[in-house]
Amino acid sequence: MENMISIFVRAIFVDNMIFAYFLGMCSYLAVSKTVKTSVGLGIAVVFVLGITVPVNYLIDNYLLKAGALTWISSSFADVDLGFLSFITFIAVIASIVQLVEMVVEKYAPALYNSLGIFLPLIAVNCAVLGGSLFMQEREYANIGEATMFGLGSGVGWLLAIVGIAAIREKIRYSQVPAPLRGLGITFIVAGLMGIAFMSFMGIKL
Amino acid sequence: MFSNRYIYIYASVMVIIVAAALSTASELLKPYQNKNIENEKFQGILSAAEVDVPRSQANEAFEEYIVEELAINSEGDVVCRYVDGKLIEGDVRPFNIVLKDELKLKKDFKYGKAKRNPKWPLYIMDIGGELKYVVPLQGVGLWGAIWGNIAFDSDFNTVAGTSFDHKSETPGLGAEINTKEFQNQFKGKQIFDQNGNFVSVSVVKGGVANSAINPIHGVDAVSGGTITSNGTSEMLKDCIENYVSYIKKNINNNE
Amino acid sequence: MSSTREPLFSSKNIKLLTTPLGRENPITVQVLGICSALAVTVKMQPAFVMAVSVIAVLAVGNVVISLLRKTIAPRIRIIVQLVVAAALVILVDQILKAFVYDISKQLSVFVGLIITNCIIMGRFEAFSMSNKPWPSFLDGIGNASGYGLILIVVAFFRELLGSGTIWGYPVIPQFLYDIGYKDNGLMILPPMALIVVGTIIWVQRAKVKELIED
Repeated sequence: MENMISIFVRAIFVDNMIFAYFLGMCSYLAVSKTVKTSVGLGIAVVFVLGITVPVNYLIDNYLLKAGALTWISSSFADVDLGFLSFITFIAVIASIVQLVEMVVEKYAPALYNSLGIFLPLIAVNCAVLGGSLFMQEREYANIGEATMFGLGSGVGWLLAIVGIAAIREKIRYSQVPAPLRGLGITFIVAGLMGIAFMSFMGIKL
Repeated sequence: MFSNRYIYIYASVMVIIVAAALSTASELLKPYQNKNIENEKFQGILSAAEVDVPRSQANEAFEEYIVEELAINSEGDVVCRYVDGKLIEGDVRPFNIVLKDELKLKKDFKYGKAKRNPKWPLYIMDIGGELKYVVPLQGVGLWGAIWGNIAFDSDFNTVAGTSFDHKSETPGLGAEINTKEFQNQFKGKQIFDQNGNFVSVSVVKGGVANSAINPIHGVDAVSGGTITSNGTSEMLKDCIENYVSYIKKNINNNE
Repeated sequence: MSSTREPLFSSKNIKLLTTPLGRENPITVQVLGICSALAVTVKMQPAFVMAVSVIAVLAVGNVVISLLRKTIAPRIRIIVQLVVAAALVILVDQILKAFVYDISKQLSVFVGLIITNCIIMGRFEAFSMSNKPWPSFLDGIGNASGYGLILIVVAFFRELLGSGTIWGYPVIPQFLYDIGYKDNGLMILPPMALIVVGTIIWVQRAKVKELIED
């Protein structure tokens, strides 16, 4: 349990998807113009990461890894399908996003109206695939840890995008040098936020 | 324009072609990839005993210097022995033992749920007539795994050299553990105190000189890399302690 | 399409190759593909390998998509594009692991992330779905090089200021260290990549006025 909280907190602050790994930068820069839309996108990312990371964890551990197929028959112990993991992960993510979109549309139309437009964007959000790839690389011990990591990464991403959206709303009233306006200053602000987040580095819970 | 049937057939054909192409590529390239991984491991073991060779020659050098590969159990008995390319005793070549799995077994063993006794690989090298014992290491740093090898002189007490590497420690801070400056500090340190008790070698934050630790059992930490340093200390203790009973049984008696 | 054959390097085709390097640069102007890449700009070598990998994936992928473009049903086009991208990325990853093992270790998961690099899907969708193979090929090379160019420039500054080396060779003379010069450790840390890109955008827009946003 303690371990899970530690993974969760680390994924939010220390291993932040945006500031430590630059994942999901495209939508981070494109959608962060207002706080309202960025909250929507952020929640969608938390949602999708929270589902896809554990699902991919199961797939990786029971289908793809070297020796993962031993639960079917011990003669499969030498089978290593690891080279298929990229393509499987992205397929799983794309289909889960599609599925979530359909379920949300059917059962929670209100949520769909606020979240729906963001869902297709997320299938190709690097943060989502990155979540699964980091899960694979770090070899979490069980599905609980993997889920915590997924949720934590999502929340970290949400924090980062809401933070920068709030700053961008205010920057509009500032005197930014003309060539730096828009994209340029956003990069630099993101960099400064990253430096601020680095103060969490080295925290070990 | 495109019927459902067309789409299904299209998708299936695509999947088959892609799967075939990828598995062929993976099969063709696998030997090269495994060789890289193997050579890197050879190189790490050699470099701990201060035999530095380029990766391409690591395999030959390994065969040249290694006298015996052993695997020992926690009682200190030899369970596997691999000499001159042949497995003489036991069921697995010690080089192929995955240390991470064994460490996990050791943990499980404490709670009484391990399936079998862990085995600890040990490499015995002969460098110009001098015997060296090399012990592989595996542990956790700040961001991910750290690993390495530590070589001992023939008394299995004095450190002859080390090599460390890491997956993703912070560049300039924790990542410094893979530099020669850090690794050379270990030379001449000892893992047993005068009474013959196992104390390992610690990486000390703030410098050995300012601490209560006997300088023969400690080295200075990398500045700014506290967690990586602690991880390194932990790894040394966790891995070397498995050999203590072997050392007591085999080495000290001969003296 | 006119019946006379266009020369392979017509001015239109050359443009496909060159505009993405500057005025239409995917990173600084189109804001695509920043995701996976900045983390590999600590040193020049991995940045270069990453750039070459992206060039290979995008050029080949563009050609494949362009050849298939008339057979792809619109309903499944995203999936087809993803599969093509993913398959090529896996190939690249396997090749890197087999032949440049050290660098592939440094790139770790970021090779896999080329799949979701927005440049790849963006160019598949915007260009090669509606163009012939040869222009698609050039477009792929051009855009990926524009992306690689930024990577290498960022890596150049980060490596020079952060580690005092270029391509692994020390370039800061020793006497500067003797009189108290120190490598700037901050340059190695991730946030500086963002600030360096911000500065590149600044310089570019100060030169090319029409890119300035209001």
